[in-house]
Amino acid sequence: MSEEPLVKMRDVWLEGRSDETWNPIINGVDLTLQKGEVLGLIGESGAGKSTLGLAAMGYTRDGVRISKGTVEFDGIDLLTASAAVKRELLGKRIAYVAQSAAASFNPAHKLMDQHVEGPVQHGVMGRGESEEDGMELYRKLRLPNPEQIGFRYPHQVSGGQLQRCMTAMAMSCRPDLIIFDEPTTALDVTTQIEVLASIRDIVEQFNTAAIYITHDLAVVAQMADTIKVLLKGDEVETADTRTMLSAPTQEYTKSLWAVRSFERPLKPAVHTGSVPVVSVQNVDAAYGTVPVLHDVSFDMHEGRTVAVVGESGSGKSTTARCITGLLPPSAGQIMVDGEVMPPDYRKRSKDQLRQVQMIYQMADTALNPRMSIGQIIARPVEFYLGLKGAEKRKKVDALLEQIELEPSQYYHRLPSELSGGQKQRIGIARALAAEPKFIICDEVTSALDQLVAEGILRLLARLQDELSLTYMFITHDLATVRAIADEVVVMKDGRVVEQGPKVEMFKPPHHAYTDLLLSSVPEMDPDWLTNLLTERGVDNIGDAAVDKM
Amino acid sequence: MIWFVAVLLGIAVLAWLFRWKGQQIDWSEYNAKFRDMPFSVAYGYILGLSILLWLYWAYIQGRSLHPETANKFFFLRIAIEGFIIFAIAAWVFRLFGRSVGTAGTKKLFRSMPLTASFGILTILIYAFLAIFAAFIAPYGQEQIVPGVAANIIPGGDPALGGNPDFPLGTDQIGRDILSRLIYGAQNTVGIAFATTVLAFLLGGTLGFLAATLGGWLDQLLSRAVDVLMAIPSLIFALLLMTIASVWAPQLGIPLTFFMVVIIAVIDSTRVYRLARAVGQNIVVMDYIEAAKLRGEGLGYLVFKEILPNATAPLLAEFGLRFCFVFLTIAALSFLGVGIQPPLADWGTMVRDLGGFVNFAQFAPMAATAPLLAAGAIALLTVAVNFVVDWMLQKSSGLKE
Repeated sequence: MSEEPLVKMRDVWLEGRSDETWNPIINGVDLTLQKGEVLGLIGESGAGKSTLGLAAMGYTRDGVRISKGTVEFDGIDLLTASAAVKRELLGKRIAYVAQSAAASFNPAHKLMDQHVEGPVQHGVMGRGESEEDGMELYRKLRLPNPEQIGFRYPHQVSGGQLQRCMTAMAMSCRPDLIIFDEPTTALDVTTQIEVLASIRDIVEQFNTAAIYITHDLAVVAQMADTIKVLLKGDEVETADTRTMLSAPTQEYTKSLWAVRSFERPLKPAVHTGSVPVVSVQNVDAAYGTVPVLHDVSFDMHEGRTVAVVGESGSGKSTTARCITGLLPPSAGQIMVDGEVMPPDYRKRSKDQLRQVQMIYQMADTALNPRMSIGQIIARPVEFYLGLKGAEKRKKVDALLEQIELEPSQYYHRLPSELSGGQKQRIGIARALAAEPKFIICDEVTSALDQLVAEGILRLLARLQDELSLTYMFITHDLATVRAIADEVVVMKDGRVVEQGPKVEMFKPPHHAYTDLLLSSVPEMDPDWLTNLLTERGVDNIGDAAVDKM
Repeated sequence: MIWFVAVLLGIAVLAWLFRWKGQQIDWSEYNAKFRDMPFSVAYGYILGLSILLWLYWAYIQGRSLHPETANKFFFLRIAIEGFIIFAIAAWVFRLFGRSVGTAGTKKLFRSMPLTASFGILTILIYAFLAIFAAFIAPYGQEQIVPGVAANIIPGGDPALGGNPDFPLGTDQIGRDILSRLIYGAQNTVGIAFATTVLAFLLGGTLGFLAATLGGWLDQLLSRAVDVLMAIPSLIFALLLMTIASVWAPQLGIPLTFFMVVIIAVIDSTRVYRLARAVGQNIVVMDYIEAAKLRGEGLGYLVFKEILPNATAPLLAEFGLRFCFVFLTIAALSFLGVGIQPPLADWGTMVRDLGGFVNFAQFAPMAATAPLLAAGAIALLTVAVNFVVDWMLQKSSGLKE
């Protein structure tokens, strides 16, 4: 048994149905997983990593089929196994942790009721025993108040806690295999650390095999023993984590690794006394009666990129809403080019509106799905610059060329016919069409794959050099900050905690919170998480916890 | 009762045998299917098969020469024959659409389900009848042919009391039912269409405005709509129609005009609710924010940004609402305050001939008289819903 691998997938081909035909998703991938081994599956979105992960359970989503190959789990052929045999395996010996815990828990039942369902259903334990075991697991996963937390409803705990509850639920039957499908993608960096550490400990402790699906290389470096890289349904390479990180053999893998090395050259310091393009002065703001921003002040100078960083809920986007005028500040003012802006956008003149443009995080919701690319970009051209007919078309074509898309090919397409990165480029073109001085970029790269995100960052940097634009770059990703920012503003709980040029910000000494943020960004070093936890003085749970198995 | 239980048990035994036998025989590709088949699914197969067999048996009975047996299954026979004829007609129509027309329409027909092609065919036929009623109908809608008896039975077979000149018989005062059915398409469908369009213009515009502007306007409109919706719609319509029937002659405006406005206003409350809910989901999108920050006016926001994204749910609602309006008009006419005689209207026709339904068991032909108009209403309702379902499916598929 020890020599037999736990999961053996041989020459697996998967197909998905769209437009009445079957299109390939995975083309003949092999996958072997030993007992207790953690395999990292990485690739861009659309590479088929989730589909492959699910296929390891012998399961496919609707409209997907396994057209060829074998999937064996502990010697059992999952593709030909009867429904009864599969029922016995799934949940009990194979478990799955989904990307969004918030969407996967039933909001109408308490966490513990959902936790005990698996063990009771499979006859592993009785209800009482299972509840006690659940508390034990919650303790091992370092959830606060482990005796009580199970009796809350999913909406009463935070996102990171919910993700750990789901891991506990997956562990409830002590499975031999857990499939983690991007379990930390939706979390803040500081929360991500806790979840990662908990998952790693518990997987090690129970000697569970795991398939860890993610697009974040630094995360997978912490978790996996082996890494498999997928590209458009084909396997690129598989290797031991350390080998893979230090000496990737394939071009594609190297390019993935290289993304993080993009960094702009430093710009000379701003002349003292020059008028900032946008100046936020002592701004307070509130949603209804709930205060969100407290005395926020910072300046943004021409041709510079100011990165505003902080966790979700720190007031980054609210500051942007104040600058655009969507949320009139309750105190303080916004100045553009030394001129005080009316607080409400409805009171601003067309020209004042034109100067401040925005690029959104979700390109999907930022572009009207019923308008063609040409219409979307032409509207601000017509609206602000008053161009019509051939002149308008010429301007739109020029803009499309500026964002590196072939005008004749894209002019008549709908947003749904574009990839995520291309949509984001259209968002940039729409902002540029107004010929603004200042652009707010609200998490523009966080929904994109790393390679695509890098392309967008390079494009933004080039446009800045050409048009001397000023960017306010809202992000929670410090790698992005390192790549593009000139100045950094750190926010927490609606206050500016620290601000200054990037060079100074990445050099100690920091404000305690900046330090926490900086140290929480996963690095490519596989020992990073272990070192960090030792440094922070968190004991590796293993010692304290009682192994009941 | 005991028979019922026995039949269910018998099916259960058959289902078990069916699954067991399926597992025994080696069919390679079906093996896994039979092995993993839950008992309920096997039961479903056998139940479905039994119902099909019973329908076949009943149809044979309905065709029997013995009039008493034939009468018993008369309506089932008509239903089955109708179903088959409509299915064939829809299939032929789709085939026709696939081979004739532009490349665009051909492509449309190629992906069309049979239900949708049936719906489109039916709606086209209704529209044709409504537009050319005056040329198609053999008699006028209020014309009483001299010397012709009232209540001639449909079927046109003199042996059974019919008259070949009046294939669908005559009504209680001797008017041709076929002609009145054709004119009814013009009156009932035309008025229902106008009413629905009006309801959508009113409810849709106000709903989008409320969603976009929010604030006190939204509160005011929504509460007003709540008040209107709190009153049972049919009773409210009846009340207003009674008032209108006094005003109409004084003002010299036809009562039908009042009816259109009253039903449109009452139905626009439902449209308002939907438009507002859909609009609110769209208004929070980033592209609306982008348009607002660009300084776009209200008209652009509503008609260029929101409306194109709301067409799918509104279209579906249009289909449903059309049917409801249609039924409301028929109901009001049935109650005597809707479309006024001597204008032909399907609702009125059902009311006037309704008594004949009592003869269904003994003389099915006589009982069909009121069912003709009722069937016309039912057929159109089904057809419209088929088309709307298809449109919805198409537009939601487009989004992916």
